[in-house]
Amino acid sequence: MKGARATMPDHRIYLLAGAALFVIGFYSLLVQAHLLRRIMALNVMGSGVFLVFIALGALTPGAFPDPVPNAMVLTGIVVSVCATGLGLALADRLQTDADKVELEDGPETSRNTTDTKEESGG
Amino acid sequence: MTSSWAIALLILAPLAAAALAFAFPKRGCRMALASAVIVTAALVVLARGVLAGGAQLHRVGGWGAPLGIDLRADGLAVLMLGITVLIASAVALYSRHFFSLEHDGEAPHRARYFWPLFLFLWAALNALFLSADIFNLYVTLELLGFAAVTLVALAGRREALNAAMRYLFVSLSASLFYLLGVALVYGQCATVDLTALGAKAQPGPALWVALTLMTGGLAAKAALFPLHFWLPPAHANAPAPVSALLSALVVKGSFYILLRLWFEAFPALLTPAVAQAFGALGAAAILWGSINALFQPRLKLLVAYSTVAQLGYLFLLFPLAGARDDGFLAWSGGLIFLGAHACAKTAMFLTAGNILHAAGHDRIRDLDGITHVLPISAFAFGLAGLSLVGLPPSGGFAGKWLLLSACLAQGQWWWVIVMLFGSLLAAAYVMRVLNHAFTHVPDPATPNPIPPVMEWTALVLAVLAVGLGLVAAWPVEVLRLGAPAILGGAGP
Repeated sequence: MKGARATMPDHRIYLLAGAALFVIGFYSLLVQAHLLRRIMALNVMGSGVFLVFIALGALTPGAFPDPVPNAMVLTGIVVSVCATGLGLALADRLQTDADKVELEDGPETSRNTTDTKEESGG
Repeated sequence: MTSSWAIALLILAPLAAAALAFAFPKRGCRMALASAVIVTAALVVLARGVLAGGAQLHRVGGWGAPLGIDLRADGLAVLMLGITVLIASAVALYSRHFFSLEHDGEAPHRARYFWPLFLFLWAALNALFLSADIFNLYVTLELLGFAAVTLVALAGRREALNAAMRYLFVSLSASLFYLLGVALVYGQCATVDLTALGAKAQPGPALWVALTLMTGGLAAKAALFPLHFWLPPAHANAPAPVSALLSALVVKGSFYILLRLWFEAFPALLTPAVAQAFGALGAAAILWGSINALFQPRLKLLVAYSTVAQLGYLFLLFPLAGARDDGFLAWSGGLIFLGAHACAKTAMFLTAGNILHAAGHDRIRDLDGITHVLPISAFAFGLAGLSLVGLPPSGGFAGKWLLLSACLAQGQWWWVIVMLFGSLLAAAYVMRVLNHAFTHVPDPATPNPIPPVMEWTALVLAVLAVGLGLVAAWPVEVLRLGAPAILGGAGP
């Protein structure tokens, strides 16, 4: 009992660190312009969530940490790797095709950007 | 075939078809149609099972929760699966011709990758509707997001890539908000099962934080005002069949999770203040989306802004169905509205695709006389517009009528004003297109020929959107099966 009580603050530290990572990641996603930085920001956010999961799994009373959150984090990591891959592929394509490493703000909705003649072919 | 196997097949059929379509690129359309046949058969079996014995369960691998994954189907899930197979079949029939009409450098690439991505999207949607726990919902939400983002990027143009990238950022960060909420819920309740949560969850600060995070993420994905900014560029720049899938189905996936969360897992937290807040955002979406639709220069952007507005109506379901008495009236109204919107919006985007191909542009002010060259498409657009405006006997009318009845029964008259004003605005933006389309021009330009299938699929969906109002009693009965207890009066 004494040991369990002594370890409690450690878990809270992980919980808070996870929350902090999430906030830092989200803030960077909003303020950074470079696509690569924004993709990294998403990864930092994800790491924060995973840390919260693990910390909460350890908080459950008992001799062993709860395995269910660990399994969820493993799934989450797989998803996050796929997401990063997709993001990098898109960013790469934007750089090659449009020579852009940042998002353009709202030109998609403006009046004259999309002339679809080339799309319809002959 | 038992219901349990039908549930597995509903996910496996499109998934296997996606893998095969990737391996055999020339057979993509056939794979999609085969998948449509299998999914329809499985859905019929499942629907019979649900009608006879209530909610049906499939324990993946025989493990069962919490270590395994449970899949569950009730009336609401069956209805959503039905709408999905309908839209997906129509889009499959349409897309085969749509992509063969394109001849630019990227066209073979598009025609090849559309099919596996579309089938992945379908598998993800089916898995989402069948998920019984909030973590599995996260996984399916991500699968859905990946397929949707890649489909937007498929158009290949610079605007489309830009829109896809923004969509990816919104989608991923929103999913992480949702996932953080899932972690907190698990820490608090030690379960992620929707039904178990419904019995266990007691309001507390941790749960409020969790639910706020999850709702924020899902609202961004469902493009609820003011988090709708990513939707018009993404939906308008995608190829027409993709726009149809996104507007008709993908945004509804997140809305579906919101329903499951608030009405099934955490009904105790759906206080009147929360419900009214949802309604207020929905009302703002109706007005903002409709007014923006009125001023769009391009047809696809108009239809996309109309989606922002129509999604607003769905969120009126929260204050009306969460009001404890006569909740089921609004619940069924909102979901019939969802079905009608799915059919009507698909018809509209498919029509917009036809116009793009035939005329080479979709500028609304240059659409004069389009009825001469595309009479069936113009008629389909008009019928779909009928349902969006909510004129009888359309499905849009039936849905709005049930919602209005709930408003009046509960004395929440302020939503009546919003809905009537929204209908007027919808009439205005639909008429704006039809006015140009029906303008007589003495010498219409010769259009590029359009295969009849592309016009007829749009028309059939528009007719279904209108006809849904006549058979609305049937989906209402299906929705009763396993309806959340909070609705009251859901019993027979």
